Amino acid sequence: MTRLTRLTMAEARDGLARKDFSATELTEAHIRAVEAARHLNCFVTETPDLALERAKAADARLAKGEGGAMEGLPIAMKDLFCTEGVRTTASSHILENFVPPYESTVSANLKKAGAVMLGKTSLDEFAMGSSNMTSYFGPVENPWKRKDDAGAKLVPGGSSGGSAAAVAARLALGATGTDTGGSIRQPASFCGIVGIKPTYGRCSRWGIIAFASSLDQAGPMARTVRDVSIMLGAMAGHDPKDSTSAPVAVPNFEAALTGDIRGLKVGVPKEYRPQGLSPEIEKLWDDGIAMLKDAGATPVEISLPYTKYALPTYYIVAPAECSSNLARYDGVRYGLRVEGKTLDEMYAKTRAAGFGKEVRRRILVGTYVLSAGYYDAYYAKAQRVRRLIADDFAKAFQTVDAILTPTAPSAAFAIGETDGNPVTMWLNDIFTIPTSLAGLPGLSLPTGLSADGLPLGLQVIGRPFDEETVLKVAEVMEKAAGFTAVPAGLEG
Amino acid sequence: MSLDKNTVRTIANLARLEVRDDELEHLAGELSNIIHFVEQLAEVNTDGVAPMTSVVHMDLPRRVDAVTDGDCQDKILANAPEQQDGFFLVPKVVE
Amino acid sequence: MAYVIQGETGDWELVIGLEVHAQVISKSKLFSGASTLFGGEPNTQVSLVDAAMPGMLPVINEYCIEQAVRTGLGLKAKINLTSVFARKNYFYADLPQGYQISQYEYPIVGEGEVILDMPDGSTRKVGIERLHLEQDAGKSLHDQHPTKSFIDLNRSGVALMEIVSKPDMRSPEEAAAYVTKLRSILRYLGTCDGNMAEGSMRCDANVSVRKAGEPYRTRAEIKNVNSIRFLQQAIEYEARRQVDLYEEGGQVVQETRLFDSTKGETRSMRSKEHAHDYRYFPDPDLLPLMVAQDFVDGIKAGLPELPDEKKERFMGDYGLSSYDAGVLVAEQANADFFEAVGKGRDPKLACNWVMGDFAAAMNRLGRSIDNPPVSAADLGGLIDLIADNTISGRIAKEVFELMVETGKAPAVIVEEKGLRQVTDTGAIEASIDAVLAANGDKVAEYRSGKDKLFGFFVGQVMKATGGKANPALVNEILKKKLG
Repeated sequence: MTRLTRLTMAEARDGLARKDFSATELTEAHIRAVEAARHLNCFVTETPDLALERAKAADARLAKGEGGAMEGLPIAMKDLFCTEGVRTTASSHILENFVPPYESTVSANLKKAGAVMLGKTSLDEFAMGSSNMTSYFGPVENPWKRKDDAGAKLVPGGSSGGSAAAVAARLALGATGTDTGGSIRQPASFCGIVGIKPTYGRCSRWGIIAFASSLDQAGPMARTVRDVSIMLGAMAGHDPKDSTSAPVAVPNFEAALTGDIRGLKVGVPKEYRPQGLSPEIEKLWDDGIAMLKDAGATPVEISLPYTKYALPTYYIVAPAECSSNLARYDGVRYGLRVEGKTLDEMYAKTRAAGFGKEVRRRILVGTYVLSAGYYDAYYAKAQRVRRLIADDFAKAFQTVDAILTPTAPSAAFAIGETDGNPVTMWLNDIFTIPTSLAGLPGLSLPTGLSADGLPLGLQVIGRPFDEETVLKVAEVMEKAAGFTAVPAGLEG
Repeated sequence: MSLDKNTVRTIANLARLEVRDDELEHLAGELSNIIHFVEQLAEVNTDGVAPMTSVVHMDLPRRVDAVTDGDCQDKILANAPEQQDGFFLVPKVVE
Repeated sequence: MAYVIQGETGDWELVIGLEVHAQVISKSKLFSGASTLFGGEPNTQVSLVDAAMPGMLPVINEYCIEQAVRTGLGLKAKINLTSVFARKNYFYADLPQGYQISQYEYPIVGEGEVILDMPDGSTRKVGIERLHLEQDAGKSLHDQHPTKSFIDLNRSGVALMEIVSKPDMRSPEEAAAYVTKLRSILRYLGTCDGNMAEGSMRCDANVSVRKAGEPYRTRAEIKNVNSIRFLQQAIEYEARRQVDLYEEGGQVVQETRLFDSTKGETRSMRSKEHAHDYRYFPDPDLLPLMVAQDFVDGIKAGLPELPDEKKERFMGDYGLSSYDAGVLVAEQANADFFEAVGKGRDPKLACNWVMGDFAAAMNRLGRSIDNPPVSAADLGGLIDLIADNTISGRIAKEVFELMVETGKAPAVIVEEKGLRQVTDTGAIEASIDAVLAANGDKVAEYRSGKDKLFGFFVGQVMKATGGKANPALVNEILKKKLG
């Protein structure tokens, strides 16, 4: 039955429809895989009983010829989505024992579509990080190994690292992620899977623990472009409970995968080829451009001149919003409380003990850039530059239909290989952050391997609410790239 | 701009994060490093550019004035670290 | 007459600006669907949004926007078609989000004005700086437990309008008149019930003093004063404190002070002082609020007649004094009652009755205008009986008291008690003749020049007729007979 975990989501869906196997069998296979892969530390909370219960219900619906778009398909849920009755931690000590009495809109949508939740996956604490090393519950291990250094434990990327590793390790057919500056795309690239951050406003933020409200966006992670198309369709939709949710219809994303990109113009931004870019990444990108050309699309060199300012802009905007969003974790209504003699002492002790180092650092940066006398120089300035960055894209999209870039500047690195300088770590998101600032859809798909044998991803960026073109282009590249490599131990 | 220990102490207090005195020096260095990094924005000419607070181009959605929520004290208090008689409890606030 | 504080170094002038927090009348909260009703069990009128549960998001109540615009129009203020909600960041036990959603740089309402009606009948204009929408906080109870404070979030998220005046007031009386008038306008508009006891209207006062002609000096902010009387006391105390401080060579520091109503003094809130830095920034969970001009025009077209216009009309149409008109229009229900009584009748007479015997009876019995001791129709009927000479003004007072006591219509009382005025000249003449005959000595005295005795004869005649004789006729006939 282990073969059931090797299916793509689309294959599993079709198998269920054909009654080749039951949702319960499919779910049991995945539960066993989850149990067997605990050393990867992908899950903060496993929910096998709940999964089987839902699988049984799915089987009943399937037997009657009913069921949603994801009926009976086992998935993992990033532990940033509040799930009713299931502990939701944001991988933080401060929410270690928080059990939401409510269900996030996205997880509710998935449930309604019939998806079976296997458990809650680990992430960088409060989604702040690019390595999953900031989780209170320990780092997540990437199932991929370097060709000649099988001993090195690699990071899965972050912040949706648990989700990415779980999908890559065949523990789930797909997983939810959230992306604020690259948190879906960078771990997808590190783990050799597909992940799409849809347009800001496409998926409801209601019930997702907030990091930076103007940037946070949920999206699917799976092993194929078709699979993320299926899952995005189930997750997306207008939600009146989120004032920034777009009142636009959800198209049939799978139907967009026509395989025909003839005549499309795809932008290749020259600013994404900075001095010192790894030749490996450069080659990956050039190969990607060639694939597009072969498929009848036209690569066009474009310029996004404000690209280099995206990272500093992001590291003002995101910490500022986070410093405010995380003020609610104060030990009064839920979460950790560390007693103090006074209210203020309780706050300070609770928050110092409850938040990890990276989160505390970002809260401090955010507090500083918003404080009296500095607001204009930092926050207001960053918001102005943000507009210039967004305008760059708007201008480019007057002539091109999509943009192709690398997803990350490197392959997965090993736990402990970083220099401890937070800014170095932030550089991981250099290619994904501009898209986030502009609110555009961006997808990462694996198209090659590094010399070390690790997956590398390319990013396809689209116009607002034009995920269809992004998915269509990505699927053509997916076919052309023929990426069939699998993580260590899953060969054969 | 570099942050000194006093500034870090003030910021930490604003953010209600307890910071030990022996951490201040290190934090000041780290935060200064970050602030220095983001200060490269100063070289961008943003004259006449309006701040972008949202990428969403639509009117603020509104709801009708109706009571549709609340009356769920159990849910509100379910995760409370300390509660009594329907109230949350905190260390006494003296004014 | 200018209000001055006499100090040892000379006269000081008082400068006051007020920030009034008025709870918007709405069924549900500003950003959640929880009820706004006052007095529920703790934490029962709270949604997950109000409790700032992780991942919860605000969605604005359209009626609260309408109410703010309506209030702005009532204050003759500029309505800003684009406004922005911002987060005001600070930590407090009854502030669940760790920030209050408010408006900062771009409020929904800009400059306007309020006309004060002073007790002497004069008026004064006070500028409105701005009005913005914001969330109320929850409530902390400090006296339930020796070491704990209790937190109730029922109020958390209720819509407030913060109405900021310009520093245009110069005396505690003006401050009181401002709050009184503002309250009156809000109640007319139906945007705030003005109930200070329940906290649906709260007031912060910015107070400073200066010598005549000086620029503004440093102000202190007195927080959360919950009655107009306390507001006056707090301002008086604070002004005196500042004058004394300056004259002793000290300086006023800009700070927040609390009014202690039992001691009648203000004191520094040192606990709140350390490093307030609210770090306002636009709330990324919300988009800029746009209101259309026709939306504003529609609300404007539906505004009720407001106190100033009504006062104007009462003075113009009814010839009432500024003072009388001001008192009558302060509460819309009073004004409506007066108009019901005065309709088609002598307005001045109606005004005298409403503000005189009627108001006195209402106070005495602890009744309200919604539950009056005498209906407007009956009071009008009474006035009709005076006007058509059925009863005299004096008898009318007696009838009025019987109306209060029995609830019967005035005409019924007059008939039952036989209080109909005697206008039969023959009967009056007979009474006069009898009085004059019985008081021959007084008649002689009168005729020898003691004019004052005229009143005595009138009194005797009225007494003899049980007060029912028409006073004008009595006067006329008496004069003739004594001639």
